[in-house]
Parts: sequence; C-alpha cells; structure tokens
Amino acid sequence: MTELLKVVGLTREYPGVRANDDVSFSIGTGEVHALLGENGAGKSTLVKMIYGLEKPDAGFMKLRGSSYAPQNPQAARAAGVAMVFQHFSLFEALTVAENVALGMENPPKMSELAQSIREVSENYGLPLDPDRIVGDLSAGERQRVEIIRCLLQDPKLLIMDEPTSVLTPQEVEILFKTLRKLQSEGTSILYISHKLEEIRALCDGATILRLGKVVGICDPKATTAREMAEMMVGQTLHVPTREGGEAGEVLLDVQGLNFVPSNPFGTRLKDVSLRLRAGEVLGIGGVAGNGQDELLSVLSGEAKTGKGSVIFDGQDVSHMGPNARRRIGLLAAPEERLGHAAAPNMSLTENTALTATIRKKLTKSNFLNWKKTEEFAREIIEKFDVRTPGPGSAARSLSGGNLQKFVIGREVLQDPKVLVVNQPTWGVDAAAAAAIRQALLDLAAQGAGLIVISQDLDELMEISDHFAALNEGTLTAPRPAKGLSVEEIGLMMGGAHDMEMAG
Amino acid sequence: MIAIVKRPEPSKFWTIATPVFAVLLTMILGGLLFAAMGKDPVAAIRTIFWDPLFNDQFAAYSRPQLLVKAGPLILIAIGLSLGFKAGIWNIGAEGQYIMGAIAGASVGLALYPLDAWWIFPLMVIAGAIGGFLWAMIPALLKTRFNTNEILVSLMLVYVAEQILASAALGFLRNPEGNGFPGSRNMSQIPWLSNPELIPGTGAHWGVVAALGAVVAAYVLLNKHLLGFQIRLTGESPRAARFAGVKDKLLVVFCLGTAGALAGLAGLFEVTGPAGQISIDFGAGYGFTAIIVAFLGRLNPIGILLAGLLLALTFIGGELAQFMLGLPSAAIQVFQGMLLMILLAMDLVVNYRITIVNRETT
Repeated sequence: MTELLKVVGLTREYPGVRANDDVSFSIGTGEVHALLGENGAGKSTLVKMIYGLEKPDAGFMKLRGSSYAPQNPQAARAAGVAMVFQHFSLFEALTVAENVALGMENPPKMSELAQSIREVSENYGLPLDPDRIVGDLSAGERQRVEIIRCLLQDPKLLIMDEPTSVLTPQEVEILFKTLRKLQSEGTSILYISHKLEEIRALCDGATILRLGKVVGICDPKATTAREMAEMMVGQTLHVPTREGGEAGEVLLDVQGLNFVPSNPFGTRLKDVSLRLRAGEVLGIGGVAGNGQDELLSVLSGEAKTGKGSVIFDGQDVSHMGPNARRRIGLLAAPEERLGHAAAPNMSLTENTALTATIRKKLTKSNFLNWKKTEEFAREIIEKFDVRTPGPGSAARSLSGGNLQKFVIGREVLQDPKVLVVNQPTWGVDAAAAAAIRQALLDLAAQGAGLIVISQDLDELMEISDHFAALNEGTLTAPRPAKGLSVEEIGLMMGGAHDMEMAG
Repeated sequence: MIAIVKRPEPSKFWTIATPVFAVLLTMILGGLLFAAMGKDPVAAIRTIFWDPLFNDQFAAYSRPQLLVKAGPLILIAIGLSLGFKAGIWNIGAEGQYIMGAIAGASVGLALYPLDAWWIFPLMVIAGAIGGFLWAMIPALLKTRFNTNEILVSLMLVYVAEQILASAALGFLRNPEGNGFPGSRNMSQIPWLSNPELIPGTGAHWGVVAALGAVVAAYVLLNKHLLGFQIRLTGESPRAARFAGVKDKLLVVFCLGTAGALAGLAGLFEVTGPAGQISIDFGAGYGFTAIIVAFLGRLNPIGILLAGLLLALTFIGGELAQFMLGLPSAAIQVFQGMLLMILLAMDLVVNYRITIVNRETT
C-alpha cells in the first residue's frame, strides 16, 4: 500500500488549549483509516487542518509525496481531499441537483448534472433521485447528497465526520458498502467516530487521540473494542451492571396518546402507548427527529395532551404542567442541554432553581432561598463529579459532558418516581457516560421507573430491560431487550423505510 | 491581528466599568464635536455635567429639576425593564403614561370641588389602573391572538395622544378657563396636588414612588421566584417553559406592571410639575425611559443611576443651549452618542479583545 497522506508533527494551539500536539500519522492509498478519540481529543481540529479550514502552528503535511498546505477548502478540494461534515449544509427548499450545483465552482447544465448524479448514485449503491426536494429527504438520504457531492469531485481522500450518528442500522450497512466500494477503487477514507464496533467492521488502521496527542495506533480488526476504548479514555472502563430486579407496580401508563406539536417542523405523535413499572428501564431508540423531543415534552408536561392519555401513579396528569408533575414525582431531562435543560448565561445555582424548587423546597412563600439552592447545587457538583470552579459558574462555561452530568444529577438527586431522559450521554466522553448510566441504573435499582430515549443503541442495550423504537411519531410495542438482534432492532426503528437499496 | 474571543462568563469588572468608560468617552468625543463647532469644549462639558448642580447662579433652579425629570424616567424604566428582561417589548409606555394621567385627573376633577384627604390616594390608584388597562390591550391581543406587542403598544401611543387632545379640549376642559384648552390646574388645588415634599429638592411623591419601585424591582428580580422566572424567560424561553413558567401570565404581569408604573408617573406629573391636562402633556418620558432602561442594563440600581444621568444631560443640555448658544440638535447628537457608545462597549462585557500573533504563511 503506497502512502497517500502523511501528517508530521502537526500542532495547533487555541488560547488556553493545545488542541493538537505534535500529531503524526499516515494514510495509505485505498486505506480506511479511523480517527478515534473522546470529545475534545482534537479530532475536529486535525481534520480541519487537513481540509484547509485551519492552519497548523507547527508541523507539515505531504500528499502523494509532495508538500501539502491548503490555504482553504477550495485548495484542499483541488488537491483531491473532500469532506462530509456531521452537520449538513443543504438548502431544504432546493432539489438534490440544485444543492449539488451550489457547491461546485463551475456547475454543468442541470440536466447533465442530474445524469451524473444518477450515475454516481447507481455506481456506489446510494439510491437518490436528483429531482427530489431536500426538505423531503430523511437524514440518511441527505447524507447521501453530501457524499455524492464529494464523489463528483473524484476525491483521493474522503473525510467523514461521525457519518453514522444519524443513520439506522440498515442505512449504516448501505453506507459501509459504498465506502468499501470506494476503497476497492483506491480512494482513501479518513473515518471519524466514537463507535468502536463500527470501526472494527470497517477500518484497516486507527489512530487514537487523547487530549490532542496521539496515544496509540492499532489495527482495529485485531483489537477489541474494549481495548480501544481504554486507550481513548486512558483508564479502565467501569462497565455498568444491570441488576435485573423484579418489576414492580405500574408507575406510568400512556394509552393511545396523540399529539400535534405547535412547531410546524415538529413530529406528530400517533397513538403512542407504553407502560412503565417501578424499577424498570425502558429504552426508546430511533433515528433523531422521529418524535423524541415531542415524546419528552408530553411526559415532562411542557405539552399537554388529551384527557386520560398520561396516567402517572394512578392519577391523570395529562392536563398538568411541568411543576405539577414534578410535585408528584415525574421528572425529565431534555436532550438540548443549553437552552432547554439549562439556561446558558445563568449560574449553576440558578440552573438548579430551574427544576428543583418544588421537590427540594427551595422557596418560602415564593421567595427563593438562594443559600439552600447553592447547597443543592454543590451536592450535585460533588456527587456527579461535575468539573467546574463552583456553583457560581455560568452553565455555558462548562464542557458538554460536565453540563450533562449536572443536568442528570439535578434530576436524579431529586429522588424521582419516574425519570424521563433524552440522549443522556450525547457528546459525553466515555468515562462520564459510564458514570451517568450507572447513576440511572442505581436510580432504577431504588425502585424508580426510567425512560431513556437515545440514539445510541449500544447504550440502550446496556441499560434497558425493555426496548421500543420511535419511527415517524409512532412507538413500537416495547419488547424485552434481552435477546433482541440488531436486525430486529433495525426493523423496529423503521429501517424498512430505506430497505429497497441498490446492491 | 486583533481577535474577538467570547468569554466563558460575562466579565464582572466590565459590567460595572463600561458605563463609566462610556460616559468619559462621550465627554471626550462630545468635546471634540463641540470644538469642531467652534465652542470651548471644556466649558460645554462643564455646562452640561457640572453647572446644573453646582453653579452658584443656576443650581438653585436646575438642581430640583434633576429629580423632577429623573423621577418619571426611573419609574417608567423600572416597569419597562421587567418586560425587556423577559423579552416582552413594550414600546408604548408613553401612551400608558398619558392614560394614567387622564384616568387619575378625571377622578380628581369629577369630584371637584369636593375636598377630602382620600381623593389624592384615589387618584393615584386610578392613575395606576389607567396605565394598567391601557397596557392590557397589547397584553391580551398578544396572549389571545399572538399579535406583536411592539406594534400594538406603539400604535396605542397615538391613540392615547388623541384621547389626550380630546380630554384637554373637551371633557376635562376647565369650565372657568375662558375657553382655553386644558384642565383645571391641579397643582394649584391643594387636595389634588402632588407637592414638592422637601423644598428645594424637587422631590415629589413620584420620586418617592420611583425609589420604591427601584427597591421592589431589586427584591423581585433577585429574591423572588417570579423575578427568577422573568430573567429565565429572557435568557432562554424554552428552558423557562421546561421550568414551568406560564408564559402568557408572564406577558400579562410584565405589561401590566409597566403600564401601572407608567400610569403612576403620568398621574404624579399631571398633578405636580405639569399641573394640568393639556394637549402637549406627553413630553416623551415614555420613550426616553426605554433609553434609561437599557442605559441602566435593565438593572434597578443601574436604572436609578441612568435616570439621573440622562436627566442631568437634559437639564445641562438646556443650560448649554441657553448659555453657550449650542444648537439643540448638537445636544441631541451628544445624548445619542452616549447611548451608542454604551451599547458598543457592551462588547467587552461578553468578549475579550486580544492581539494574536499568527504567521501568514
């Protein structure tokens, strides 16, 4: 295998942080190379330098033996480097072909472009109609637009940033086939992910980053996921253990719930039914945007639903607001940390008052007891190992993982009867994620009922007793999680949607 | 190269220091402006900021004016700041101010010539209710039909001005006024008047109410759950809904409080410094209070200081026109500069300006 890209001693410093410190690695022609690391390990900075979005403070790169220092992404593309970002930059009101044309320096005629999109899409097994409006496409299809946009440039190196985070297992399979085909044609792929099993299935080599430094290079096919994870976090993983207790009485009973969100871009919930018992963890999977936010809002009380649709502990709570539900023990932690679960510019103490005034009795005749609030904030910080200078710090000054620990801790320490969480470990490093999961499991062991909405299937398999999936606003009937196969889960998640893939 | 970097937390030092720097910078730039107009800049700045309070010749007249002008500004701005903090934009305080004055004056004048101790308190209550009800129009339209409170409250200012003209010419006209427009002069009628409480200070009941409002707003925002909900709604509406804030109720509370306080300001003005309902009773306090609220960073103590500062530039500005022959447009430019510079300097509260060395390879 000849060497395509060689990175030597790249260093990039931001004020106060050395995002990349003397990073070196190389990718061979036709190699699928993984870049592994926790959030904040420096993966994004590194690929931004390769794609010309950032310039290194020190070090150099070589592409096919000659010096490579792209001034901007245009230069990188001209040199044969393309990138598919985690967040898409597409115009929803335009068609696939129009979107592709917008990214080109000299777009051909629309009919020719549509023809070449069809060719590429057939060649690489990525079904996509160039005349469809992007707004109607699923996340997986939108990603295909981005990939095809890259493939039309005939790249030598394709960078993919967490491509499977928005895909169903079936869509992942389609994507992997495409990537393997590209590989067989000699295209190199730099693949960024947290998902270790995926990397073991796809990649030929892996470079592991921690705190901006290369801490290991391995052959993922010959290394276990656990070993790689331990290299990533630099410590032995604490794997949560589920103590499968006897399920208790029914705490939450939702029957035939329908909900039309006021936001026109929201997802309608259709005939959702579920039953949660004391001590049970119900995992709810599904691709983002299939009603997760809406489900959380009807359970938290931010949205109200028809009479009798949400029964908590034998009491109809469907007309109650969030605070009335908190009073009787139904708590929630939404996905969006900044701006929903917490107010960015407010201190942690103030953010404690956001949900905890009722159960922790932090007010006296509607006057806030800030001293008591701060004490509870300190307790959360201490028990959940939130790394922050103190409860006076603004929520936005915390890293995503630390804020998530705070948000989950705030609810868990209020001793809920039922806790509903959405994406509890999203963007959280592995050590913190393990701690959060353990806290959730401890809560269930004490007899609380938990609903965990997540897109991380590994996580759901690890902590749930029962599993259900959301697909376009409908919830599948919950099934015992034990013994579910990946195929079954994929079907529950509605992967059938895109099953008629080209071979 | 100069780079602007967002601070992880707003700087405490700059939050306090920017108003001081902004005033100093305005003095320097304003001085340059006056110099360019051929006036002595030092004399002009001194006339605006110093003479109204300490000049032997004028201070006796202009010093009381400071509280007379600052009182209604502060009272109205405190009310507005609650809504502004929550992202509720009441631009129509001028209308609420006028309607408060009309409502309060109507009660007092309807009972005329009855003389009783309870009439003035009754007028105060009527003034607050007048402003409150006028503010309920945008509040209810917003909560019921999701109309824009900025437009509705602003448009209602012009409606209120028409009602004011009709009152001055019609139902409140002084029957003994020889046909001149305008109501009886309530400042001349002891039981209807809002007198200067301490001679030579300009302090009347409106100034007392303004100080009370500052203290009440401070306690509300810092200690009370409702104040916390107001701040939370402004910071992050979605988090506020998650925290169980009833957003419609908050709209009604914020607009209603602002209306009631503006109505009070109007009542104290019409029974005191203005004396009567007249066609030109609306002097723009309701609009200037918006500037005061922002100049004070929506903070009660800040509003107290900003109200005094703005009142000072008004009085000093008039003095400078009269003493140095500065055109009134130049004074307005100077006041505008103060606001612009203060808002521009807000940048350093949330951002750090640093010089970075970056080789240009």
